[in-house]
Amino acid sequence: MLNCREVTRLLSDSQERKLALGERLSLRMHLLMCAGCRNFGKQMDALRRIARAYVRGAGQGSDKRNE
Amino acid sequence: MQLSDAKLAEDAVQEALIGALRNAASFGLRAALKTWVFAILKNKIADILRHKRRSIDASSLLREDDEDGDDGDFSAPFDRKVFWRADERPAAWPHPEQALRQGEFWRVFEACLENLPATQTRVFMMREFVELDSQEICQTVGVSVSNLHVLLHRARLRLREYLENRLFMVADQPC
Repeated sequence: MLNCREVTRLLSDSQERKLALGERLSLRMHLLMCAGCRNFGKQMDALRRIARAYVRGAGQGSDKRNE
Repeated sequence: MQLSDAKLAEDAVQEALIGALRNAASFGLRAALKTWVFAILKNKIADILRHKRRSIDASSLLREDDEDGDDGDFSAPFDRKVFWRADERPAAWPHPEQALRQGEFWRVFEACLENLPATQTRVFMMREFVELDSQEICQTVGVSVSNLHVLLHRARLRLREYLENRLFMVADQPC
Protein backbone atom coordinates (compact mmCIF):
# COMPACT_ATOMS: atom_id res chain seq x y z
CA MET A 1 0.00 0.00 0.00
CA LEU A 2 1.41 3.36 -0.99
CA ASN A 3 1.62 6.15 1.54
CA CYS A 4 0.77 9.79 0.81
CA ARG A 5 4.34 10.80 0.27
CA GLU A 6 4.92 8.08 -2.30
CA VAL A 7 1.66 9.00 -3.98
CA THR A 8 2.68 12.65 -4.36
CA ARG A 9 5.89 11.44 -5.95
CA LEU A 10 3.97 9.32 -8.46
CA LEU A 11 1.60 12.20 -9.20
CA SER A 12 4.57 14.47 -9.83
CA ASP A 13 6.32 11.80 -11.91
CA SER A 14 3.20 11.25 -14.00
CA GLN A 15 3.85 14.70 -15.49
CA GLU A 16 7.31 13.51 -16.54
CA ARG A 17 6.87 9.91 -17.64
CA LYS A 18 4.26 7.28 -18.31
CA LEU A 19 3.62 5.37 -15.10
CA ALA A 20 3.88 1.60 -15.13
CA LEU A 21 0.70 -0.43 -14.85
CA GLY A 22 1.45 -1.43 -11.27
CA GLU A 23 2.10 2.18 -10.32
CA ARG A 24 -1.14 3.31 -11.88
CA LEU A 25 -3.12 0.65 -10.05
CA SER A 26 -1.64 1.38 -6.62
CA LEU A 27 -2.08 5.08 -7.28
CA ARG A 28 -5.74 4.62 -8.12
CA MET A 29 -6.30 2.50 -5.02
CA HIS A 30 -4.83 5.16 -2.80
CA LEU A 31 -6.67 8.02 -4.47
CA LEU A 32 -9.98 6.25 -3.92
CA MET A 33 -9.45 6.58 -0.21
CA CYS A 34 -7.52 9.81 0.20
CA ALA A 35 -9.01 13.21 -0.55
CA GLY A 36 -5.76 14.96 0.31
CA CYS A 37 -3.89 13.18 -2.46
CA ARG A 38 -6.80 13.63 -4.87
CA ASN A 39 -6.57 17.35 -4.25
CA PHE A 40 -2.80 17.19 -4.65
CA GLY A 41 -3.30 15.59 -8.08
CA LYS A 42 -5.65 18.35 -9.19
CA GLN A 43 -3.22 20.93 -7.86
CA MET A 44 -0.42 19.46 -10.00
CA ASP A 45 -2.58 20.08 -13.07
CA ALA A 46 -3.41 23.56 -11.81
CA LEU A 47 0.27 24.27 -11.20
CA ARG A 48 1.08 23.39 -14.79
CA ARG A 49 -1.74 25.60 -16.11
CA ILE A 50 -0.54 28.41 -13.84
CA ALA A 51 3.02 28.10 -15.17
CA ARG A 52 1.79 28.15 -18.76
CA ALA A 53 -0.36 31.19 -18.09
CA TYR A 54 2.57 32.92 -16.45
CA VAL A 55 4.77 32.38 -19.51
CA ARG A 56 2.06 33.79 -21.74
CA GLY A 57 2.34 36.96 -19.73
CA ALA A 58 -0.71 36.61 -17.52
CA GLY A 59 1.22 38.17 -14.66
CA GLN A 60 1.65 41.44 -16.46
CA GLY A 61 -1.50 43.17 -15.30
CA SER A 62 -3.53 44.71 -18.09
CA ASP A 63 -2.62 42.22 -20.80
CA LYS A 64 -5.41 40.36 -22.50
CA ARG A 65 -4.86 36.69 -21.97
CA ASN A 66 -5.81 33.62 -23.89
CA GLU A 67 -7.55 31.88 -21.04
CA MET B 1 16.20 33.02 -13.22
CA GLN B 2 17.36 29.93 -15.09
CA LEU B 3 20.27 31.77 -16.62
CA SER B 4 22.63 32.18 -13.75
CA ASP B 5 24.96 34.08 -16.03
CA ALA B 6 23.58 37.61 -16.27
CA LYS B 7 25.54 38.39 -19.42
CA LEU B 8 23.99 35.47 -21.25
CA ALA B 9 20.54 36.61 -20.17
CA GLU B 10 21.26 40.11 -21.38
CA ASP B 11 22.40 38.79 -24.73
CA ALA B 12 19.26 36.69 -24.99
CA VAL B 13 17.04 39.69 -24.38
CA GLN B 14 18.97 41.82 -26.82
CA GLU B 15 18.85 39.27 -29.58
CA ALA B 16 15.15 38.70 -29.04
CA LEU B 17 14.42 42.42 -29.22
CA ILE B 18 16.53 42.99 -32.29
CA GLY B 19 14.83 40.08 -33.99
CA ALA B 20 11.42 41.40 -32.99
CA LEU B 21 12.09 44.93 -34.20
CA ARG B 22 13.38 43.65 -37.51
CA ASN B 23 10.03 42.03 -38.08
CA ALA B 24 7.83 44.51 -36.25
CA ALA B 25 6.35 45.94 -39.44
CA SER B 26 4.28 42.85 -39.95
CA PHE B 27 2.52 43.28 -36.64
CA GLY B 28 -0.44 45.59 -36.21
CA LEU B 29 -1.02 44.85 -32.57
CA ARG B 30 1.40 45.73 -29.86
CA ALA B 31 -0.01 43.06 -27.61
CA ALA B 32 0.70 40.47 -30.26
CA LEU B 33 4.23 41.78 -30.56
CA LYS B 34 4.73 41.42 -26.86
CA THR B 35 3.52 37.83 -26.85
CA TRP B 36 5.73 37.14 -29.79
CA VAL B 37 8.83 38.58 -28.14
CA PHE B 38 8.09 36.45 -25.13
CA ALA B 39 7.96 33.35 -27.33
CA ILE B 40 11.24 34.23 -29.01
CA LEU B 41 12.85 34.88 -25.68
CA LYS B 42 11.68 31.54 -24.44
CA ASN B 43 13.26 29.79 -27.41
CA LYS B 44 16.45 31.76 -26.94
CA ILE B 45 16.68 30.79 -23.31
CA ALA B 46 16.04 27.18 -24.24
CA ASP B 47 18.87 27.37 -26.80
CA ILE B 48 21.27 28.84 -24.29
CA LEU B 49 20.36 26.32 -21.61
CA ARG B 50 21.05 23.53 -24.08
CA HIS B 51 24.55 24.86 -24.73
CA LYS B 52 25.41 25.77 -21.24
CA ARG B 53 25.55 22.55 -19.28
CA ARG B 54 29.25 22.76 -18.51
CA SER B 55 28.96 25.92 -16.44
CA ILE B 56 26.54 24.54 -13.88
CA ASP B 57 28.22 22.96 -10.90
CA ALA B 58 26.37 19.69 -10.57
CA SER B 59 28.10 18.74 -7.34
CA SER B 60 26.84 21.84 -5.57
CA LEU B 61 23.40 21.02 -6.86
CA LEU B 62 23.51 17.57 -5.33
CA ARG B 63 24.77 18.94 -2.05
CA GLU B 64 21.83 21.25 -1.81
CA ASP B 65 19.29 18.58 -2.62
CA ASP B 66 20.82 15.38 -1.42
CA GLU B 67 18.35 12.68 -2.30
CA ASP B 68 19.09 10.48 0.66
CA GLY B 69 20.18 13.12 3.09
CA ASP B 70 18.42 15.27 5.61
CA ASP B 71 15.13 16.42 4.21
CA GLY B 72 15.04 19.57 6.26
CA ASP B 73 11.48 20.84 6.43
CA PHE B 74 10.68 19.01 3.23
CA SER B 75 8.93 16.12 4.92
CA ALA B 76 7.10 18.43 7.28
CA PRO B 77 3.72 18.12 5.56
CA PHE B 78 3.79 14.39 6.18
CA ASP B 79 3.07 12.66 9.44
CA ARG B 80 6.01 10.34 10.25
CA LYS B 81 7.09 11.22 6.71
CA VAL B 82 4.34 9.23 5.08
CA PHE B 83 0.79 10.52 5.53
CA TRP B 84 -0.57 14.06 5.37
CA ARG B 85 -0.76 15.81 8.70
CA ALA B 86 -4.30 17.03 9.20
CA ASP B 87 -3.30 20.69 8.93
CA GLU B 88 -1.14 20.07 5.86
CA ARG B 89 -3.57 18.02 3.83
CA PRO B 90 -4.10 19.54 0.38
CA ALA B 91 -7.48 21.22 0.04
CA ALA B 92 -9.61 21.70 -3.04
CA TRP B 93 -8.51 25.01 -4.59
CA PRO B 94 -11.58 27.09 -5.27
CA HIS B 95 -11.59 28.49 -8.81
CA PRO B 96 -7.86 28.65 -9.56
CA GLU B 97 -8.69 30.13 -12.98
CA GLN B 98 -10.32 33.16 -11.37
CA ALA B 99 -7.35 33.74 -9.13
CA LEU B 100 -5.09 34.02 -12.18
CA ARG B 101 -6.80 37.26 -13.16
CA GLN B 102 -5.58 39.04 -10.09
CA GLY B 103 -2.25 40.85 -10.09
CA GLU B 104 -1.80 39.82 -6.47
CA PHE B 105 -1.82 36.16 -7.48
CA TRP B 106 1.24 36.61 -9.68
CA ARG B 107 3.15 38.59 -7.08
CA VAL B 108 2.65 35.74 -4.62
CA PHE B 109 3.48 33.15 -7.28
CA GLU B 110 6.80 34.86 -8.00
CA ALA B 111 7.55 35.16 -4.30
CA CYS B 112 6.82 31.43 -3.89
CA LEU B 113 9.23 30.57 -6.68
CA GLU B 114 11.94 32.66 -5.09
CA ASN B 115 11.41 30.88 -1.80
CA LEU B 116 12.35 27.48 -3.19
CA PRO B 117 15.93 26.28 -3.01
CA ALA B 118 17.64 27.71 -6.10
CA THR B 119 18.12 24.43 -7.93
CA GLN B 120 14.49 23.47 -7.46
CA THR B 121 13.42 26.81 -8.90
CA ARG B 122 15.81 26.33 -11.79
CA VAL B 123 14.62 22.88 -12.82
CA PHE B 124 10.98 23.81 -12.25
CA MET B 125 11.33 26.82 -14.55
CA MET B 126 13.21 24.83 -17.17
CA ARG B 127 10.47 22.23 -17.11
CA GLU B 128 7.34 24.34 -16.76
CA PHE B 129 8.27 27.70 -18.27
CA VAL B 130 10.71 26.76 -21.00
CA GLU B 131 9.09 23.33 -21.45
CA LEU B 132 12.31 21.45 -21.93
CA ASP B 133 11.90 17.69 -21.65
CA SER B 134 13.51 15.64 -18.89
CA GLN B 135 16.37 14.55 -21.11
CA GLU B 136 17.37 18.10 -21.99
CA ILE B 137 17.21 19.30 -18.42
CA CYS B 138 19.30 16.38 -17.18
CA GLN B 139 21.96 17.03 -19.79
CA THR B 140 22.02 20.73 -19.02
CA VAL B 141 22.06 20.48 -15.25
CA GLY B 142 24.09 17.28 -15.12
CA VAL B 143 21.80 15.14 -12.96
CA SER B 144 20.23 11.75 -13.48
CA VAL B 145 16.60 11.47 -14.49
CA SER B 146 15.67 10.16 -11.07
CA ASN B 147 17.45 13.11 -9.43
CA LEU B 148 15.52 15.47 -11.63
CA HIS B 149 12.25 13.82 -10.66
CA VAL B 150 13.14 14.18 -7.00
CA LEU B 151 13.89 17.89 -7.51
CA LEU B 152 10.64 18.46 -9.40
CA HIS B 153 8.63 16.56 -6.79
CA ARG B 154 10.10 18.72 -4.03
CA ALA B 155 9.55 21.92 -5.95
CA ARG B 156 5.92 21.02 -6.62
CA LEU B 157 5.29 19.97 -3.02
CA ARG B 158 6.61 23.27 -1.75
CA LEU B 159 5.00 25.42 -4.39
CA ARG B 160 1.57 23.94 -3.84
CA GLU B 161 1.99 24.39 -0.10
CA TYR B 162 2.98 28.05 -0.42
CA LEU B 163 0.20 28.73 -2.87
CA GLU B 164 -2.40 27.02 -0.74
CA ASN B 165 -1.35 28.81 2.42
CA ARG B 166 -1.14 32.21 0.82
CA LEU B 167 -3.80 32.18 -1.86
CA PHE B 168 -6.24 29.36 -1.54
CA MET B 169 -6.78 29.27 2.19
CA VAL B 170 -9.95 27.37 2.96
CA ALA B 171 -11.31 25.61 6.01
CA ASP B 172 -10.01 22.12 6.76
CA GLN B 173 -11.82 19.34 5.02
CA PRO B 174 -12.05 15.75 6.21
CA CYS B 175 -9.95 13.23 4.28
